[in-house]
Amino acid sequence: MNRIESCFKGLNARGEKALVGFVTAGDPSITESIRIIRAMCEAGLDILELGVPFSDPTADGPVIQRSSGRALKAGITLARVLEIAEDLRRSTEIPIVIFSYYNPILAYGGDRFYRDAAAAGADGVLIVDLPPEESDELTGTWPGKELAFIRLVAPTTPHERMAAIARGAAGFLYLVSMTGVTGSGGLDLDEISGVAGRLKACSDGTPVCVGFGISTADQVRSIASFSDGVVVGSAFERMIEDHLDDPDLPARMAGMVKVLKDATR
Amino acid sequence: MRVEGHAAYDFKRQQDAGAFPDGRGHFGAFGGRYVAETLMPAILELETAYRRIAAREDFQVELGKLLRDYAGRPTPLFLAGRLSKKIGGASIYLKREDLAHTGAHKINNTLGQALLARWMGKKKVIAETGAGQHGVATATAAALFGMECKVFMGTEDVRRQAANVQRMRLLDAEVVPVASGTGTLKDAMNEALRYWVSAVRDTFYIIGSVAGPHPYPMMVRDFQRIIGDETRSQILEAEGRLPDVLVACVGGGSNAMGLFFPFLEDAVEMIGVEAAGLGISTGKHAVTLGAGSVGVLHGSKSYVLQDADGQILEAHSISAGLDYPGVGPEHAFLKETGRVRYESVEDGAALAAFKELCAMEGIIPALESSHALAHAFIEARKRSSSDLIVVNLSGRGDKDLGIVSGFGAGGE
Repeated sequence: MNRIESCFKGLNARGEKALVGFVTAGDPSITESIRIIRAMCEAGLDILELGVPFSDPTADGPVIQRSSGRALKAGITLARVLEIAEDLRRSTEIPIVIFSYYNPILAYGGDRFYRDAAAAGADGVLIVDLPPEESDELTGTWPGKELAFIRLVAPTTPHERMAAIARGAAGFLYLVSMTGVTGSGGLDLDEISGVAGRLKACSDGTPVCVGFGISTADQVRSIASFSDGVVVGSAFERMIEDHLDDPDLPARMAGMVKVLKDATR
Repeated sequence: MRVEGHAAYDFKRQQDAGAFPDGRGHFGAFGGRYVAETLMPAILELETAYRRIAAREDFQVELGKLLRDYAGRPTPLFLAGRLSKKIGGASIYLKREDLAHTGAHKINNTLGQALLARWMGKKKVIAETGAGQHGVATATAAALFGMECKVFMGTEDVRRQAANVQRMRLLDAEVVPVASGTGTLKDAMNEALRYWVSAVRDTFYIIGSVAGPHPYPMMVRDFQRIIGDETRSQILEAEGRLPDVLVACVGGGSNAMGLFFPFLEDAVEMIGVEAAGLGISTGKHAVTLGAGSVGVLHGSKSYVLQDADGQILEAHSISAGLDYPGVGPEHAFLKETGRVRYESVEDGAALAAFKELCAMEGIIPALESSHALAHAFIEARKRSSSDLIVVNLSGRGDKDLGIVSGFGAGGE
């Protein structure tokens, strides 16, 4: 059983939902980023989405755009992101999902990425701009199944397409909670619970995690009631941005993880 | 694992075989649909609507009337006699897209897409713009059809293309300045894509070049091919034969695709001209096909300017319309197959060609088109006087007077 599966199995047994945390690797600096991520893992984060910054993040709102900019300025590269994953893996069994746009992976080499990410101890990869129509060119030559290719479903995804995406799912399904970029407002809980219900009905047991625009414990609690996990990203990045020179930033992030994690219990 | 009743859904279904792009929007190894899932349903809907509506005779008749009565088509094909004589060698014909309404070829595409939006029942349109020509052409079509229009434009371009910003506002469009990144065309396109994700249910995104996810490269090419179709009948009437060479500038590449496409099966040489800015060796250029590498940007796979880590680099050109680190995927395909040759021209040579055309023929060309002209001069000199070169004069240069006078080319 891989780490993502055993994570959800453990959560099920405890009657909890997953708190999935997205952080841009290398923000605000490479060393500080590692401290932040360790603190978050120790504070009870269930799954880590490690973001690979891209110069042109078209699916992201201003907060993650700025965090990507800071991380690129700090000198982060995909190779360094995998080193961070490898370093974390020595001390934690938390599932790690590499979260990226396609171009950095294409430049790195698809097979090389599979090999190095698996060797670093990553468990999955989510590529925002690589829909099922195009993903075979990457995953088609992968020699094994050590990396789960995590797929996205959106509120605009028609039912048949949703079912087809669910059929090819691995790890968990990432349901985008709204039509918008990351960090935008206007979460419609009724709409998203309906979409989550339809997706779960055809997901054949693959866990469904909901993300985009979720920042408060109340939102986490509501969404956890109809999903298997909740993804928080921009809210963490906003905390980083507001405390760039604060030596207590890792502790603040840990505190935030604890509050949000409590809401999944 | 199969889900009952949905086995028919196939991500790789082919809608037509043989032609480019294929049914999945690929031109060989290029093109495709590299977008977030939130946008996938919208571009699939657009493709279906485009294939259904654009094939209808009544749609084509309506578009044809607009192009004739509103945009002023056909545009002339003009033999630049004094210029040809001065340059020496082949005869240079100019396809006068600068005479189309709004002053560039962009109107061909925006009328087509806005009309499609209307047939699809969409009342809001958005666009990205670099030099402002596509923004003006979109705002114009939106005004004509009574549609709400937002145009995303980098803050750097807002500054250097102030006249076009003013035109868009007069046409009742909202100009949204984009400060992220380098404040140029690629950032405007990023922001337009972000906005489209949030408004995808009622908004039509009018992309201005043969770039973006499928079906845009195909659709924009189809709306621009009128340039080549007219050129073919005009040169046959004037000379009784096809031209020897076609030359067009390439940023995203819509005016070049429009001119080239109807001639791809003929024995006609084609040259796409990229902007070499201050010179390829300085790193300050926009030579995507000539000096870039394969990557994915703005929804399709093509050549891009990028570093070793796959981060997109800033492009540079004196011409805002060519200042883009990507290029349409069909151009990448035509480069790989060798069907089209791609060359590049530096800022200085483009400025010199600009001045030459003003003085010799009384035509003020856009700086974009001046790149094509500059290379056509080199090509003409290598050829005999019986050879025919057609240059796509894709736009007029009024918008560039501020830039040109800054370089001492204003005649003082």
